Amino acid sequence: MRENQDFLKLENVHVNFHLRAGVLPAVQGANLIMKRGDTLGIVGESGSGKSVMSKEIIRLNPSPPAKTEGKVIFEGIDMVSLTNRQLYGIRGAKISMIFQEPMTSLNPVFTIGTQMAAGLRTHLKLSKVEAVERSAEMLDKVGIPSAGERLRQYPHEFSGGMRQRVMIAMALSCDPTLLIADEPTTALDVTIQDQILELLADSVKNRDMSMILISHDLYVVADTCDSIIVMYAGRQVETGPTREVFQNPAHPYTQGLKDSQPAISGVRAEYLKPIKGMVPNMLAVPEGCAFHPRCQYAEEICRKEVPTLQNRGSNRSIACHVM
Amino acid sequence: MTTKPILETTDLCKYFPVKADGKSATLKAVDQANLKIYPGKTLGLVGESGSGKSTIGFTMVQLHEPTSGRILYEGKQVAGLKGRDLKAFRRHVQMIFQDPYSSLDPRQVLKTIVERPLIINSKLNAAERLDKVVDILKKVGLDADQLYRYPHEFSGGQRQRIAVARALAVNPSLIVCDEPVSALDVSIQAQILNLFKDLQKELNLAYLFISHDLNVVRHISHEVAVIYMGVIVEISPTDELYEKPAHPYTKALLDSMPGLAGRDNKLRLVGEIGSPIDPPVGCRLASRCPVAQEKCSQVTPELREISPGHKVACILA
Repeated sequence: MRENQDFLKLENVHVNFHLRAGVLPAVQGANLIMKRGDTLGIVGESGSGKSVMSKEIIRLNPSPPAKTEGKVIFEGIDMVSLTNRQLYGIRGAKISMIFQEPMTSLNPVFTIGTQMAAGLRTHLKLSKVEAVERSAEMLDKVGIPSAGERLRQYPHEFSGGMRQRVMIAMALSCDPTLLIADEPTTALDVTIQDQILELLADSVKNRDMSMILISHDLYVVADTCDSIIVMYAGRQVETGPTREVFQNPAHPYTQGLKDSQPAISGVRAEYLKPIKGMVPNMLAVPEGCAFHPRCQYAEEICRKEVPTLQNRGSNRSIACHVM
Repeated sequence: MTTKPILETTDLCKYFPVKADGKSATLKAVDQANLKIYPGKTLGLVGESGSGKSTIGFTMVQLHEPTSGRILYEGKQVAGLKGRDLKAFRRHVQMIFQDPYSSLDPRQVLKTIVERPLIINSKLNAAERLDKVVDILKKVGLDADQLYRYPHEFSGGQRQRIAVARALAVNPSLIVCDEPVSALDVSIQAQILNLFKDLQKELNLAYLFISHDLNVVRHISHEVAVIYMGVIVEISPTDELYEKPAHPYTKALLDSMPGLAGRDNKLRLVGEIGSPIDPPVGCRLASRCPVAQEKCSQVTPELREISPGHKVACILA
């Protein structure tokens, strides 16, 4: 049984972008372990490194300017050692990814059918006819009616929510074992978001698939993921089971994120508790703990030393000198 | 409330002529909107994309001309104002837009951006204008030593503060805010929302706060109006709307908020939003509404009061 083997492992991964303006430390010291069937949420604001880290799993960060160190091990294989050709066989097949803007992820000059068939014919070696059949099946599974007709249409003939469903259909069509969803519902209306998140949750359950869901919205992740990683300025600041982290955030940043969001129910506070200051310019990350200029608990050590992620028991870790 | 509204719309309609399938048709972006905004209070306007909420905002500030209906500012008709009268109106009603990256002229420095409304619409001299600009910048949390910086040198949150400063320059009584925090990071959103509240208290500002974000609207509004496909389907004081929503669309919106996992009896809408081009007779939600009956596609529901201040456009509510 493969159940106990670590399905996905990131070991001390660093991704630095070597730009003309300087070196941008997009991801620093990322560690991650996922078992098959896990759902992991990654939460952070702009510049947190969440997208770069996730893209690194399938080596989508253009290199140059990106330089990666550390290990990315998927189903026992070291991804960093693979050639492009070998990666080609994994992307879309074993690991699929969906992105934030469904309009720009689909090619506007090809029909949906052509785009869906491309992956099927490449990875599963289906014939044209088989590919069309399977595409229609997939569209149906993601809740798009009149699938046969829709395959002949172009992306602009679909709404944003439907395009995202098409992306999900494409991502699932080759039965991947890992789905990476980068802000899949941010550009969509809240009622459509709800439908899409439910679709993703069902897919995970029915296919014994693992999922990484990236979002800036704590609540979205709270609903759909078993565990959570909170990132800030390229580093992981808190990890743990989602429900617990959500109910009792340990890191000041996680607490700040939670406090700065207005609640949908319960007491209406007069004022929100925003986190003072701004997310740092990633080309000029503060020394020591990157969060210290914004942290009400900051002490001298925070200005000097970078805190490392420490286990605090019951699967929870935080990177903080004070808490 | 015996206070008179500062701005109200009566049966406001905004239609756009379009071509659909080669034939002329009418896109009914806003249909029969009746809204009242009170001095010093915030009316939240909630809806999804394509609901017409931004169109109402633009029409209220006269960026669009209404197709029919009335817009009254302090009791006086303002729809169709031109020239000097329109300028006078603009001293009272200003607007803040959604995208802090495209709503500021990239070739104007901060000082020019905030000063320009004063050049156009006040009688202050240069020195007085500069004083006022510095004063406003302090109010919105910006530094006077950034006067000669360009928009690209500021972050998203700061740019939105600049947009607020610009709107405040002429001392308006009402600001129409079109999704003012949607493009900002969560931690910055909170700062800007607190700023809105402070300014409202300090300057007795009224807001029409347009957003698709239910959490944010709940936080900042005294009253909330919900709009679907151009039609206002519910209006209520905030707490009551969120605790006792009456319209199926409002219920569905609230039920679809993330963070409510494990809730049973979620009201779910089927399918997607319909087209506002030549919309069908009857309730526009009928084809998606899980509790719709036959009558719903035949009779267009009117807004009626179900409890003080709480109105709903649904024959089943």
